[in-house]
Parts: sequence; C-alpha cells; structure tokens
Amino acid sequence: MSLLPTDDEVMLADAARGFLDAAAPIGHLRGLRDSGTTHDPALWTEICTMGWAGVLVPEAQGGSDMGHAAAGVLAREMGKTLVSSPFLSTAVIAATALRKVADYRAQEALGRIARGEVTYAIAVDEGPKHAPEATELHAKPDGNGFRLTGTKRFVVDAGFADRALVLARTGAGMTLFDLPLDRDGMTLASKSMIDARDAGDLYLDGVIATGDDILGQVDDGMTVLTPALQAGQAALAAEMIGLAAGAFAKTVGYLQDRKQFGVPIGAFQSLQHRAAHLWSETEITLSAILNAGRILDNGEDATLAVSLAKARASKTAELAVQEGVQMHGGIGMTDAHDIGFFMKRARVAAEWLGDYSYHAEIVARLRGF
Amino acid sequence: MEHDLETFRAETRVWLEANCPPEMRDSAQGEDTICWGGKNWAFTSEAQKTWLDRMAAKGWTVPTWPQEYGGADLNRAQDKILTEELQDMGARLPLQSFGIWMLGPALLHFGTHEQKLQYLPPIARGEIRWCQGYSEPGAGSDLASVQTRAEIDGDMYVVNGQKVWTSYADKADWIFALVRTDREAPKHKGISFVLIDMTTPGVTTRPIRLISGQSPFCETFFDNVRTPRAQRVGEENRGWDVAKYLLNHEREMISGGGQGLLGGRPLGAVLSEISDDLDPTIRAEATACEIDTLAMAMTLDRYKDQAETTEIGDASAMLKYAGTELNKRRYELMMKAKGADALAWEDGEAEGWLRTKANSIEGGTSEVMLSIISRRVLGLPG
Repeated sequence: MSLLPTDDEVMLADAARGFLDAAAPIGHLRGLRDSGTTHDPALWTEICTMGWAGVLVPEAQGGSDMGHAAAGVLAREMGKTLVSSPFLSTAVIAATALRKVADYRAQEALGRIARGEVTYAIAVDEGPKHAPEATELHAKPDGNGFRLTGTKRFVVDAGFADRALVLARTGAGMTLFDLPLDRDGMTLASKSMIDARDAGDLYLDGVIATGDDILGQVDDGMTVLTPALQAGQAALAAEMIGLAAGAFAKTVGYLQDRKQFGVPIGAFQSLQHRAAHLWSETEITLSAILNAGRILDNGEDATLAVSLAKARASKTAELAVQEGVQMHGGIGMTDAHDIGFFMKRARVAAEWLGDYSYHAEIVARLRGF
Repeated sequence: MEHDLETFRAETRVWLEANCPPEMRDSAQGEDTICWGGKNWAFTSEAQKTWLDRMAAKGWTVPTWPQEYGGADLNRAQDKILTEELQDMGARLPLQSFGIWMLGPALLHFGTHEQKLQYLPPIARGEIRWCQGYSEPGAGSDLASVQTRAEIDGDMYVVNGQKVWTSYADKADWIFALVRTDREAPKHKGISFVLIDMTTPGVTTRPIRLISGQSPFCETFFDNVRTPRAQRVGEENRGWDVAKYLLNHEREMISGGGQGLLGGRPLGAVLSEISDDLDPTIRAEATACEIDTLAMAMTLDRYKDQAETTEIGDASAMLKYAGTELNKRRYELMMKAKGADALAWEDGEAEGWLRTKANSIEGGTSEVMLSIISRRVLGLPG
C-alpha cells in the first residue's frame, strides 16, 4: 500500500482546485456570511454536477464510487478555501451509512444523494463533546413504530438539509433513524456559528417514526453509524489538512511580502524556524490522512487509522491557524483579512465528530495503554 | 505485478526460514547486538557470522544495490517485503554500517565504475568498516568551513588537520572525509571528498568520553597523511555536492530512529512493562508521542516511496528534524515512566536516553534542519 497519490487522484485534485478557485474561493464563504446565510444551493448543485455528491455512491445508483481516498482529496481541496457545503454530512456520512444498509429504500436514497436531490444533517451528539454512546434521546415503542423525544446539539447542516440521521436510544441499544427534518414534532434552533457554517440544536418532541425510517436493525444502529462516522472523521481530517495548507500558504506569502526593519519578516530566523516546524507538522499529518483514506478503501478495520488522522489533523490545524494569525500580526486580527476565517473553521472542525482528546483516547486504547 | 510480489514474499519467507539461524531471531535491537563488520570485527557468535555470510551471498545486506556491486537489485516494493518478513520473524539485521547508509549511496551516485567495484562489494560483505570525517573543531553547523587541507603532490594528496565526532573511528578501516583542496575559493567550492585508509601512516584517533559514559565518537588526526588522488569521489573542489548528497541519506537514516526503535512496538506496551501504574500525565504525553510516532512512520514510508522516482533532497531535513525530536521524546518518557528505577547506570536505561540527545545534533542540528526547510523548501529569504 502506497500513500503516494495515484494518477487519478492527482487529476481529481487538479480538477477540483480549478473548479473551486473559480466557483468557491474564500470570498465565497465571506459573501455567505455577510448575507446572513450558510448555504449556497447553486454551488451545491454545481458540485453535484461534478459528480462529487456521488463519490461514495455505487455506480448502480448513479454514483461515481471513487472511494474514501478520493473523498479525502475533494475534502482537502475544499478545505483549502473553506468551501461551505453539505459534502461531509451528505456525500460522505449519510452515503456511507446508507451503503451499509442493503435494502431498496437505502439504494434509492443513495441515488437521490448522487443526483443532488437530497441533503442530510447529522444528529448524533447531545452535549458539548462528541459522545454517541452518551445518547439520551429515546425512541419509545408506540403502536407499530416509535416516538422520539429528546434534544440533539451541534446538528451540522440542519438549517437547510432535507433529512437527518438521528441516533436514538431504544430498548436494548441504540437505533439509527433517517427522518425528514419537517416531520411533526421537530423544531430547529439554528445558531450563528463562528465559522459561518450551518449548525443548530434539534428538538424532538414525540416525533413519530416507523420501521421504514430505521437504518439497519433496531437496537443495532451503531453497526451502520460507526463506519459512517469514521468515513466522516477521515474526510473532516482531510478538510482540516487542506485548511492548514490554505492558512500556511497565506502565512508564508505574508512572511515574504511584509517588510519591517527594512527586510521581509520572513528573513527573521525566529519566524523561519516556526514556519519550518509548521510545515513539518503538516507533512506528517498529511501521511496520517492519506493512510486513513487507503485503509477505508481497503475495507480493513479503520478505527486506529481514522482516529490517528483526526487527532493529528486537529492539532496541526490548530497550530497552523495560531501561527497564521500571530505571524500576520495586527492585520490578522481584522475581519477584513481572511486568515481569521481559517482560525474559526479550525476550532469548529476540531470539535465536530470528536476532538483531539476523544481520538487520542481511542489510539491509546488500541495501542495498549 | 501483485502476483509477482506475492510469489516473492513466499519465496523470501521460505529462504529466511531456512537460512536465518535461530539465535538471530530474538528481535534484539540493542547496540551490543549490532553487527558492524570490518576487518577487526569479532563476531559475537558463530550464528552472527553465518547470518551475515548467507545474507551477503544473497545480496540482501544491501538489497536495493545493483548485483554487480554486492546487492540484489530489489525494487522498493520487494525491499519493503523483505523488511516486513525480517521483522515478522524477529530477525536481526545481518549488518549495519555507515558504508551501507552513507558512503554507498554517495558512491552509487558519484563514483566511477572502478570505484564502485572496488569499494561497494566489501561494504556489502561487511569486510570493510567505514567512518565519517566531516565535522571539525571549527566546523560544526558551519560544515563547509572545514579546514583540514589536502595539498597536491603529483598523484597524491598530503592531508593535514583534525576531524571530530568521527563515530567509531577507532574501529573503522577506512574514512570518507571532507578536505580543503583550494584555500582561495569560496568555502563551498574548495572542498573535495576523499577516501583514506585508516592504516595510512599519520592517521591517529582518540575516543571522546560522552555524557553517557560511552565513547562511540572520536577525534581523528591527519599528520602528513599521503593518500592517492584517485581515491577522490567526484571532481576536485566539487566535494560539497557529494557531501550534501550523502548528508541527505544520513538524515533519512537518523530519522528512522523513531520508527525502528523498540522493535516497532507500541510505546504504551513498552511503558506498561516498565510501570504497571502509569501516571495520567505520562500516559497523556505518551499517547501524544505514540500518535506522532505512527504518523511519522507513515511519513518515512511515503517519502521512501517518493524517492523511488524523485530525489527527496532538502525535504529530508524535515524527516531528520521530526524523527530525532520524536526519538528524544520517547526516551524521556521511558525515563519518566521508570522514575527512580532508571537513575542508576546499572538500571540500563540512562545510556540509551543520553545517546538520543545527540540525534538532534549529529548529521545537522535541528536548528540547521529548520533553516534548510525554511530557505530551500519554503523559499523564505536568507
């Protein structure tokens, strides 16, 4: 297994970069933020036209089925310019979950994802930290179905998505529901997130669900959700290394351009060494991210590889944005400069789907600590 | 291709099973288990000699070198498989040496066909042990300011000067050295890369006692040492090119410490053997270290794959910087985990711990590595 990009991956990255530089440079996110919206349906439609929404959808359902490494390539390129889209929640997490379910409804849903006809939000967490196992929202048997009551927090993309994957506690375990967000009893409290992306709290008050709304088996939702979350964590880590690369490129550019004491500040050794250290960290983290994509595609148990990638990505992105703002000096503190957008997205992305500590603990346990 | 590799793996396993002596399958990693080779080498066991001879005959002490120079012409994929199979059976490396890691790659790149034929096969067979004559008392990080001079006298050089940190010079048969052949030229343009037999009259060595109590490093003195000009590698006064190329390979080699260390075992497993009740702070630090080690191992692998088609060049400074800093962290953690039980020399931890402190100095300091990255990889001014 080699971590070097294949020819296809190089071409995919080039094509993605070309498209995104035109359609979604950082100014695009700024524009959304300034207009008070979190989602650009036209951009998502274009992304779907490129076939990216079907990156993990089988060809039989109209997808391109390029795999997780390819999804990582796309997420990384999107991260470089902080592209706001439901790619991770819909094309990666929901698609992976649906793929684990072999039934006809799931296949149809996959086709709709690939065609850009449906978007998903991910409703798993209930507290300030990622903890699927701490789910308290419950689904009580009611007639032929269930009634769901409880609160989900940090529900990414819920402000515009059509449906949500909702994890609920049931009799002897947890069950994963696939529900439309406009079903009776659901209320969304959108939040104005620091990264200008979409997230909010979702309240469920006796929401009625039937067996048709369940992905996988009752009480066994994690069998479907765990691989989906892992795919999402790997792709989010890829987005974060893209984000780190984007912030780093800006920072190195500034070190070369900005003059003080009559010389470019990049001539100062204290800044050179910090920039070199940061570059080293991004190179090392990139390996963990490429590895996670390969392991997922090989169908091996990806728990260690994914947690390693997300842990490293969270740390490296944090370092990249801290150094980015500091090395930009005063201008880096202004809203007019883009580096702050990287800092804010890095903070949100570090928390989503498990922070450094969450994934470090998984690595520790798997490595015999 | 995949099929060929699986066949290669199967054949390799069969051959190793048949040829690796049982005593050489103990997963040992310590300094005292290494076979360095050389004219004065005293094999620690008959098995060590048998293992070296068999592997050398197969070309597997230097698997990727051309067959005519003692290697086996393995490609990167085959080389990986051989390494994996050796690790799987817990086999020791049959031979380790500066000839393999440093001089060999430089000779393969810059040497004449005759030089390759003369010097490479004895390295591959473990017959000649080499040491490195780079640093001087006045030329550490500023390596290109070496002052050891070689004056031309017909077909010979007459060498005078002093080298320092020449690892194992007291045990080596030959030295590859940077000498000044033009004192008027700018410092990078007056250096030549020469090979000198350590038994030549005028060469003396003196071991340096280090903080670890050991003396792996030496001072080496040249007093009117006459050595043939034909033993120069590359052009006269162009030795800096050879020196840099070799340094990149040296840096890759040193950076491997974080991966090969402890037999590639997880740090957590090592620490829990040392202490059954791991302090939470140490556990957290060790977890971070383990995460970084795993990612570093993947990075080394990725760069080695890359090197198949493109020279890694100055980016090897990153591998050296990150790998050695990581190695120091690992040893610090082992010391902390063991606490007072690691503070006596007889506890056996301190020597290795102190040795790692040189990792981020030898072969170019971490600070020099960061400067190389910033100027040559990132293109920052200076």
